[in-house]
Amino acid sequence: MVKLTIDGKAVEVEKNTTILMAARTAGIEIPTLCYFQLKDMEIENRPGGCRICVVEVSGRRNLAPACTTTVTPGMVVNTHSIRVLNARRTVLELILSDHPAECLTCAKSGNCELQDMAQKLGVREIPFQGAQSTYRKDTSPAIIRDVDKCIMCRRCEMMCNEVQTVGALSAVNRGFMAVVAPAFEMNLEKSPCTYCGQCVSVCPTGALTEVDHSRNVINALADPTKTVVVQTAPAVRAALGEEFGLAPGTLVTGKMVAALRRLGFNYVFDTDFAADLTIMEEGSELLDRLTRHLNGDKNVKLPILTSCCPGWVNFFEHNFPEMLDIPSTAKSPQQMFGPIAKEYFGKKLGIDRRNLIVVSIMPCLAKKYECQREEFKVNGDPDVNYSISTRELAHLIKQANIDFASLPEEDFDNPLGESTGAGVIFGNTGGVIEAACRTAYELYTGKKLEKVEFNELRGMENIRHATIDFNGLPINIGIAHGLGNARKLLEDIQAGKSHFHAIEIMACPGGCIGGGGQPYHHGDSSILKARAAAIYREDAGKPIRKSHENPFIIELYKEFLEKPLGEKSHHLLHTHYFDKSAGVFVEE
Amino acid sequence: MAKIKLSDRKVQELKDVCKSFNNDKGELINVLHKAQGIFGYLPAEVQEVVAHELQVSVAHVYGVVTFYSFFTMTPKGEHPISICLGTACYVRGAEKVLDEFKRVLNIQVGETTADGKFSLSCLRCVGACGLAPVVMVGEKVYGRVSPDGVKDIVAEYN
Ligand code: SF4
Ligand code: SF4
Ligand code: SF4
Repeated sequence: MVKLTIDGKAVEVEKNTTILMAARTAGIEIPTLCYFQLKDMEIENRPGGCRICVVEVSGRRNLAPACTTTVTPGMVVNTHSIRVLNARRTVLELILSDHPAECLTCAKSGNCELQDMAQKLGVREIPFQGAQSTYRKDTSPAIIRDVDKCIMCRRCEMMCNEVQTVGALSAVNRGFMAVVAPAFEMNLEKSPCTYCGQCVSVCPTGALTEVDHSRNVINALADPTKTVVVQTAPAVRAALGEEFGLAPGTLVTGKMVAALRRLGFNYVFDTDFAADLTIMEEGSELLDRLTRHLNGDKNVKLPILTSCCPGWVNFFEHNFPEMLDIPSTAKSPQQMFGPIAKEYFGKKLGIDRRNLIVVSIMPCLAKKYECQREEFKVNGDPDVNYSISTRELAHLIKQANIDFASLPEEDFDNPLGESTGAGVIFGNTGGVIEAACRTAYELYTGKKLEKVEFNELRGMENIRHATIDFNGLPINIGIAHGLGNARKLLEDIQAGKSHFHAIEIMACPGGCIGGGGQPYHHGDSSILKARAAAIYREDAGKPIRKSHENPFIIELYKEFLEKPLGEKSHHLLHTHYFDKSAGVFVEE
Repeated sequence: MAKIKLSDRKVQELKDVCKSFNNDKGELINVLHKAQGIFGYLPAEVQEVVAHELQVSVAHVYGVVTFYSFFTMTPKGEHPISICLGTACYVRGAEKVLDEFKRVLNIQVGETTADGKFSLSCLRCVGACGLAPVVMVGEKVYGRVSPDGVKDIVAEYN
């Protein structure tokens, strides 16, 4: 242990701790722009580049960057001497001298760490006049890159390369021309980007933001010829409250429904319903492959991989084209909801699918891209018209002058609003496979599950595995969240080393609760944990907790779909995948 | 970016180079160095091959290529022109000579003329200080070049 003094406080920390971390343990937050950490999730960005975190160390001539300087015994640190404050402000003023002063109209305003820093350090003018970067704006189906606002903190590069192992973004060029960009400075759409949005969720500035579809939603709501239905993903209810000042982990399901009704949606439905439907289809597929495997069918592929995360789907289409037949063919809940809304619910009401607008509220940016995929359209009409993020919904609610905190708790509409606890836990890493186990167990064994919680499938470790006893038949389950972890499991399958029967993969760390469209967590992993706990609380409070017991799901099959994996299901609820590995960069 | 067809033989040579470095990510700069030796420059297609062989992202390879000024993504001209900017040449007016080449060829350093004939680059001391300022066209060395002489040198190859 090393003893030192920071701002007059005695601090004792492990050897090799940085001054930044030592200060944090003492409750002193030294400001940073490039440093980023998600504690306990092995995610850290420490390029030592921005120099905002400089501190004064007694006996040292130069100011020391706190993020890269380790503590020594007896060290005396001052984090806010006049010299430090002046240096820190000068560094920030230099950064700002090449930053467009667009705060009034910037999508990140109010959530921008650079803006906060300028306020915190009391910058009132920018004394340096320098050249201004003018780089083209790059708009992809889900993400906008406005590189002029980039401060080269390289958090996005770390997320995209180290955590997700996608490698869509890299620092390129040098000096003033340096930017973070895809290869050959092509547009993001031409890169292997999965639209997971993790770069957006860590970017401190407005350089990376989502494509905003909330205007389209307002227009649809104002159009008297349209019936507008909305579906809300499981993870949204566990995070939306943060946008209104509620503590992380506050469940706002009822208020969210009330707000959506006040916004003018004709029917407020739940993606959790579609998640239950996903379990019926994906779970049946798992059982089907498993039974055939046990009967000695050599053609059947195991493990089966979940397919409800479009970021993950994009990833394997780009990186593992030779394994396209391993993932389940079940569509994601968002895309299951679309055709059921338009072809079942809409038809029942006699509404033409073009006059039925389906909006999704998602924690996710990949879903924006997903709903634009050609195979999810019928004669050009998308099954899901617009997918907006949790953040965009919060914006809509604020714009409509709705006092969120004082809203009553209301219930979803029927029939597509009824869901079970199994549908809710889709929002957490491990939740999809737990939901699948609840149903598959009962269908396979014909027995009632005594305890619906599978605690062995829960947690935040990067890769988890467990063996579930299906009445004497051991089922090996793997779970990965974050695409870098997924890659490891996939490479094992490739090498023939995988012993799993089923694997759940979510692109985002923590699963959808940590999705790229959620309220910004600014590196506070306790927020993610609070959301995850909220999701499990919602599950525990549900009267029905197994997807196959959802009465409206039972009715849907009876009345319309007939049976899981049947012809109608195949047509409406299943999809196929494409090899996107080639020709990503170079156009003909 | 137009797609170009790399010769199979050269691609194989490049793959062999990667293998000689054990396809080690850490050797990226050395591999690129050799690759530029083989192809004369580093077009996107070459970078994709290198990325694939060393199992790194193409964006990262591109990042390295654009960081070091030694690497170039433009093919050299049929007659690559290099102007020495070493101390001796510099004090004897090499910069004016360079400016004249830029004017006459209408390109910047690192670029190639539209007809592919000439490209322009700078050198640090070729060890012929007695002849300063020195210009090389391909392998041929020109000594005591003045701005006035630039047109004549270019004319020799037109
Ligand atoms: S969205 Fe994901 S894959 Fe795409 S650039 Fe950002 S981090 Fe990389
Ligand atoms: S785009 Fe954002 S996260 Fe990436 S380097 Fe720039 S400021 Fe940092
Ligand atoms: S984990 Fe969830 S939020 Fe993230 S890309 Fe996948 S579906 Fe979207």
